[in-house]
Amino acid sequence: MKEKMQALRESSLKAIVDCSSAELLEDLRVKYLGKKGELTAILRQMGALSAEERPVMGQLANQLRADIEQAVAARRAELAAGALEAKLEKETLDVTMPGVKKRLGHKHPMYNVLDQIKDIFIGMGFEIEDGPEVELADYNFTKLNIDESHPSRDWTDTFYFTPDSRILLRTQTSPMQIHAMERRKPPIRILAPGRVYRKDEVDATHSPMFHQIEGLVVDKGVTMSDLKATLNLVVEKIYGKGTVTRFRPHHFPFTEPSCELDIQCHKCGGKGCPTCKGEGWIEVLGAGMVHPKVLSGCGIDPDVYSGWAFGMGLERLALGEYKITDMRLIFENDVRFLEQF
Amino acid sequence: MKLSRKWLTEFVDLSLAECGDREFAERMSVSGSKVESTEDLSESMHGVLAGRLLSIEKHPNSDHMLVTQVDVGRAEPVQICTGAWNVHAGDLVPVALHNSLLPGGVKITKGKLRGVLSDGMLCSLKELDLTVHDYAYGVIKAAAILGDYHPLDPQKPSIPADIRAGDKIYGKVIAAQVTGVENAGVNLWRCALETGKGPAETVSDCQNIHVGDLVAYDTGKDRICSLEDLRAQQAEFPHCIPDGIFIMHEDVRPGDDIRTLLGRDDHVVEFEITPNRPDCLCVIGLARETAVTFGKPLKLHTPVVEAKAGGDIHQLAKIIVEEPELCPRYTARMVKNVKIAPSPEWMRERIRNAGMRPINNIVDITNYVMIEYGQPMHAFDFSCVDEREIHVRRAREGEVIRTLDGTERKLSSSMLCICDTHKPVGVAGVMGGENSEIVGDTAMVLFESANFNGASIRRTATALGMRTDASSRYEKGLDPENTYKAVQRACELIELLGAGEVVDGVIDVYPKKYEPAVLKLEPEKINALLGTQISRGTMRHILMSLGFTLEGDQVNVPSWRSDVSHYSDLAEEVARFYGYNEIPTEFTGSVTTCGGFNEKQLCEREIGAVCRSLGLDEIITYSFISPSYYDKIRLPADSPLRDSLRILNPLGEDTSIMRTTVLPSMLEILTRNYNFRNKAAALYEIGRTYLKRPDGLADEPRVVSIGAYGPEMDFFVLKGWVEELAESLDVGALRFEAEREDPSYHPGRCAKVYAGERCLGVLGQIHPAVAENYGVDTELYCAELSFEALFEAKGGIPVYKPLPRFPAVTRDIAVVCDEKTPVGHLTDCIRRAGRPYLADCALFDVYTGHHIAAGKKSVAFSLTMRSEEQTLTDEHAEETVKKVLQALEKDFGAVMR
Repeated sequence: MKEKMQALRESSLKAIVDCSSAELLEDLRVKYLGKKGELTAILRQMGALSAEERPVMGQLANQLRADIEQAVAARRAELAAGALEAKLEKETLDVTMPGVKKRLGHKHPMYNVLDQIKDIFIGMGFEIEDGPEVELADYNFTKLNIDESHPSRDWTDTFYFTPDSRILLRTQTSPMQIHAMERRKPPIRILAPGRVYRKDEVDATHSPMFHQIEGLVVDKGVTMSDLKATLNLVVEKIYGKGTVTRFRPHHFPFTEPSCELDIQCHKCGGKGCPTCKGEGWIEVLGAGMVHPKVLSGCGIDPDVYSGWAFGMGLERLALGEYKITDMRLIFENDVRFLEQF
Repeated sequence: MKLSRKWLTEFVDLSLAECGDREFAERMSVSGSKVESTEDLSESMHGVLAGRLLSIEKHPNSDHMLVTQVDVGRAEPVQICTGAWNVHAGDLVPVALHNSLLPGGVKITKGKLRGVLSDGMLCSLKELDLTVHDYAYGVIKAAAILGDYHPLDPQKPSIPADIRAGDKIYGKVIAAQVTGVENAGVNLWRCALETGKGPAETVSDCQNIHVGDLVAYDTGKDRICSLEDLRAQQAEFPHCIPDGIFIMHEDVRPGDDIRTLLGRDDHVVEFEITPNRPDCLCVIGLARETAVTFGKPLKLHTPVVEAKAGGDIHQLAKIIVEEPELCPRYTARMVKNVKIAPSPEWMRERIRNAGMRPINNIVDITNYVMIEYGQPMHAFDFSCVDEREIHVRRAREGEVIRTLDGTERKLSSSMLCICDTHKPVGVAGVMGGENSEIVGDTAMVLFESANFNGASIRRTATALGMRTDASSRYEKGLDPENTYKAVQRACELIELLGAGEVVDGVIDVYPKKYEPAVLKLEPEKINALLGTQISRGTMRHILMSLGFTLEGDQVNVPSWRSDVSHYSDLAEEVARFYGYNEIPTEFTGSVTTCGGFNEKQLCEREIGAVCRSLGLDEIITYSFISPSYYDKIRLPADSPLRDSLRILNPLGEDTSIMRTTVLPSMLEILTRNYNFRNKAAALYEIGRTYLKRPDGLADEPRVVSIGAYGPEMDFFVLKGWVEELAESLDVGALRFEAEREDPSYHPGRCAKVYAGERCLGVLGQIHPAVAENYGVDTELYCAELSFEALFEAKGGIPVYKPLPRFPAVTRDIAVVCDEKTPVGHLTDCIRRAGRPYLADCALFDVYTGHHIAAGKKSVAFSLTMRSEEQTLTDEHAEETVKKVLQALEKDFGAVMR
């Protein structure tokens, strides 16, 4: 009997190690350990043994069962690991192949820049104002202290809807100053971006329709000093910290004193280069203290309140930001262009 | 405005050495006179020297070029080839040497011309950026050199190729051989000729004659014929041209730099002068700004006129201003015995450097004074003024004048004219008339120095389409006090140049003396506006140096500063010279405000964000369109949308009306992308439309415009976008109704979308006929949704709904119904009948064909049932399905398949 068990041990353990699949392994387990298995068959013969031999043989048999079970378990684990490995190998992908993308849309580059500017001003307590593009000459010119004979009123410069030059397409966002002052009570802090129109033929730097951003502050004690502080901050936000600015006297009928804000050319550091046309400075915006006549025309007492305003062109800003070389691209709306932003 | 730095130093001691262009530009710009550019004239031209031609030989490999040896003041002469024939040995000429630069950026280098080395170039007037007005003797006249004759028709030459000296050409004109050429004065050459019948000698003013040439000699008139004399065309004598090298008769020696001769040792500063400062459009005005900017005295000069001619202008001329409103002042002086000649080099140089062209002494004086004083002047040939009377009056309707530029101008009664008793002799403040132009034999000149109404001049110049140096100054409104000084200066210059004799007396029609503004100096108000603490003394100093006078706190504004009328204007004057950049930079606003977007702006941003997440790119389109676009989108003739605001002065038809619909704009962009061969495009714009209002203005409602084409596009993709958009705005349940009437859309693929009873807009495939109008042969899809309606329908803050606690049961059903029955109606019916357990009903198949009767379709839905109270049993589910099927059969005759 002992010999039989020894033979079974050898044959079974070898068969288990050699076994190549989980199914065959299960068959082997049944073959050796099952109710009708070989070990069972050997154990059936235990009755023929002496009382002394029985516990010894029993112990041997139990040991053999345990060893076979352990061998099966070990082999099963090996086979499972192998199978998983094979599966993973089979599932291996070429990860350099392209991903499946859901195409997202793109904001127009100019409105990217506009949103950036809106955010800057909102952070400083400004609200956004909106107003009509079909406008009265009164708002576009007269109430802005632009006299009747001013060349900008010419039919060669401004689009008109009525022969008496009363209704027009606004040529600037400055009429929004008037609307804001008529609608609101100080303190006023508004930003009014929008479309404006001038009679310019389309070329790389001109368009009969373009965009401006108007800003207006009216309050007690507002000074030119405040204008400078605010606009310096805005320019730093747009062009980066450390941007050098200079304020230069200029003329607008609706502000006095008036100024233009230049930034030092970032390309040449002020030495003069093609980007700044050799001047070392790039003009960014026009601004000034709201003309007292404009304030009083809107029912705001210039002896109590003062204000400042600014206006800047959006196209030029966007063109500069993205190094776009031709304004026509802005209004052409080629998807190959739009996708880039 | 171009300012010569040399001229400036006459009024302010500020040399180039003391202040370079860069610093000058910076300081002038920040004090308010914006410098556009600076130019060192000597830099734009160098390496051009005076040279004396030592010898001239024919080029060995060219029939029209000459090889010259030129003395340029160096040990060895240089060799230069030229194609010009007006040169002779001994001539003094400008020589652009190797590596030289000519005005306009032309670089000259040495090279071989047909195998012969040329060490540079001989220059013409034009190459030096000059004209014959700069050097009147620089006019070139060419003789017809018979060797250069190229018949227009080679078969029929007018002059035989083998012509020889003595042969007759026509009449008394014969061919003659030049045997000798020697100089006989400026532009004159004594030529010895062999006429075939013996030698002859003649003096010619043609400069292209050389020994050995065969010329046409008119024996009757004793002259060598020009092309004109032969009535020949230029093409027949291609090298006998009235052009060539500038032969100088100036006090220069070989080797001298031409720049000194031409006044190019100057620097020119170009200013951008704002329209409120016409006083800065002259040397004196800019000198005043310079003086204050640099803290230097302004040296003004009072013209002195001797008027040696005596007499009295009042005896010789009468001036009647009939329109004092349009001509507040008219000042005039008279000059007799005028000798028209070129003005001296220094004056020509200054006029040139200011960007104008010299003409002759009288015209140059008027321009010189305009540049110096900013006062436009005009000079009339007074002999052409009938009855010696000048009337300043409005033109008669339809009156005609030929202006100095040679154009006939039809005048209207709104235009002010300078007239004699019969006719206009000038358009006031714009341009003089040809009938009284200064010409070579003008002997009596009337100088006009007048002040005109700016607006009137501007309207006239605009109407006539002629903006001149004079009109562009007048239109800004000039200082009436300046006319007298200017006319005095002009007469002073007449005497200085010896150009004539000034008649005594000045006619000065000035009925209403200009009253300058008087303001009060209020330093505390100025400081409050600027945010500064500038002292009263500093303010007074700045104002006084600008020419303001102060009596206590009373500020008298100078006559040339009509732009100053308010204390804020004084604040600007103070700030300019205190320094804008010296004003402290501090936030001084007192109250904090809460900024942010309003509800509508937030909604607009949200719509944009959703559109982009759907894959749509944002576009920006013009608000104006062509009226023909309404035809393109098939709007009926009576459509109210055709009632657009029309621009009365559009750039062109294509941009002449304000759009009432965004559809044409979107279609234009889709078409453009299609034409660019972009495979697909999906676009959106939140665009304004412009709807006429009774008051003439416009309502400007915004429309969410969506447009797309491409392989992935169909109606349901578009509809999905609209649904997603509506859902993200939480507008509630949507209803889509087939829309067959919209002429721009495919009648079977178009829907109106509603949120409740509110119509949000329309969507669908663009009508193929419309697509064809745009030249597109693919399916275009568009949606136009009212922004205002979306905003109104937008839901509030979402309220949390508990998540389901019990599992759902699903059942699929398929019913056969009439093919025309809309699925949407079936769905509505199922939702109604499935209450209370039906949670969702999703279409998953529509089938027609095999096994389905003709005119019928099979529609399959997946029904999801759920209860908030319990787990549903099969009985609950079966009961719900039964109710649904019964309702479908009752309402639509739909039966289970």
